[in-house]
Amino acid sequence: MPRVVLEALMSAETELFDLELKVLLEAVYLRYHYDFRHYAVSSLRRRMRHAMGRYGMERLSDLQHRVIHDPAFFAEAMQYFTVQVSEMFRDPGYFAALREHAIPVLKTYPSIKVWIAGCSTGEEVWSMAILLEEEGLLDRAVIYATDINPAALEAAESGVFPLDRMALFSRNYQAAGGRRSLSEYFTTGYGGAVFDRRLKKQVVFADHSLATDAVFSEVHLVSCRNVLIYFNRELQDRAVGLFHDSLVRRGFLGLGAKESLQFGAHAADFEACAPHERLYRRTAS
Amino acid sequence: MTLPFPQAVVIGASAGGVQALRDVLGCFPATFPAPVLVVQHIPRDRPSGIPALLDGSCALPVAEAQDKEPLCGGVVLFAPPDYHLLVEDRTTVSLSRDEPVLYSRPAIDPLFESAAEVFGEGLLAILLTGASSDGSAGVAAVRREGGIVWIQDPDEAVAPIMPASAIAHAGADAIVTLGDLCRRLGTLAP
Ligand SMILES: C[S@@+](CC[C@H](N)C(=O)[O-])C[C@H]1O[C@@H](n2cnc3c(N)ncnc32)[C@H](O)[C@@H]1O
Repeated sequence: MPRVVLEALMSAETELFDLELKVLLEAVYLRYHYDFRHYAVSSLRRRMRHAMGRYGMERLSDLQHRVIHDPAFFAEAMQYFTVQVSEMFRDPGYFAALREHAIPVLKTYPSIKVWIAGCSTGEEVWSMAILLEEEGLLDRAVIYATDINPAALEAAESGVFPLDRMALFSRNYQAAGGRRSLSEYFTTGYGGAVFDRRLKKQVVFADHSLATDAVFSEVHLVSCRNVLIYFNRELQDRAVGLFHDSLVRRGFLGLGAKESLQFGAHAADFEACAPHERLYRRTAS
Repeated sequence: MTLPFPQAVVIGASAGGVQALRDVLGCFPATFPAPVLVVQHIPRDRPSGIPALLDGSCALPVAEAQDKEPLCGGVVLFAPPDYHLLVEDRTTVSLSRDEPVLYSRPAIDPLFESAAEVFGEGLLAILLTGASSDGSAGVAAVRREGGIVWIQDPDEAVAPIMPASAIAHAGADAIVTLGDLCRRLGTLAP
């Protein structure tokens, strides 16, 4: 039987959608300096389709029109350009690996800096603060919590999370090797769980883009989880390059559960420390 | 009838899917030249174990996908727990933690839709047993982009809702038993 090889073409519709997507991202970049041009296109397409559904738009160019003419609309639509899902102590094994491998090393420094890149609504920041507190490191630590989404940063700083998420967060916390009960860190009020302000006195919340900004500090640990998956390989390389330049010699880098340096340009600049938990260390060179 | 050889195959399964997948993946010949991507609904909070479970019953290597992993012919990649599996371009997959679809992450629709957009008429999509309506939108996208869709006969499926819902929503190029599926795969072999 002859094998028929089809030169598979995207449908004309998909090609036009991609064209409009390029134009939209370029417009957003020129107008607002948010650079989504090197994001993974598969998930961006989906999210833009959701946005069009939500705002009742037929074409992506309608979205582009609103976005560039109406900054308030763009601020709202930002929720579709970035993915805001997070959990305290998400992937508990990761936090257990930090306790086991990174903390003992971090304890040998008189002061430490931790960078949480793409911190979203702050679940990871508060988890890290609790971890450092329990390890007696919080007082000599500075945590930089950065993201490009202003609404997310604001939510992160407020430290208020819906009460109905606390059961999941508590389970994660216990599975991550938590020493107490998570409820010792929050009180209930404002219709939610309000985390202890004391935990964030060492945290600096700041706007920083892995796509356009430069290194701002020397740090001992970078935690950047579930952010790189939204980038294409080229942008992943840029971000990991920033982490590399920011880290002290033998500093730690933690990634999301299914992210790996294996397919990128910086594979040789890091060595796996707890490979299954995606905890890496900057190599000595 | 000889069907054109697909450039990629996507498979979706839910309740009852592990056994059905064992049968279906078992029919792929070791020489199968296209990549095979699979979403089986699984709980989000523990390792799936499914790739390991099926590795022995399939002539092709089976693994859990990693972000930006290259797409290779003759390799079966599964969506990991709590991530959607997407086709990024002709040579790469992406993972995402976008919202669950119909309570599932991984979900079938994101895989089928993203694969349809990249592979167009070069895609073969197979939807198996399940008790959800995930997959219906994905099947519609595959058909809209000109790809081929085979759906397991709801009468044979352990859980008929998912195949029945997709057939009602978007139709299919063929409604097949698992036995038919194997024979049809045979007619694709180069
Ligand atoms: C899925 S959340 C990850 C939250 C948290 N790290 C976790 O794993 O639970 C992804 C975050 O990356 C942020 N992000 C997207 N592009 C970015 C960029 N160029 N620079 C910094 N952060 C970015 C988004 O705004 C979003 O808050």
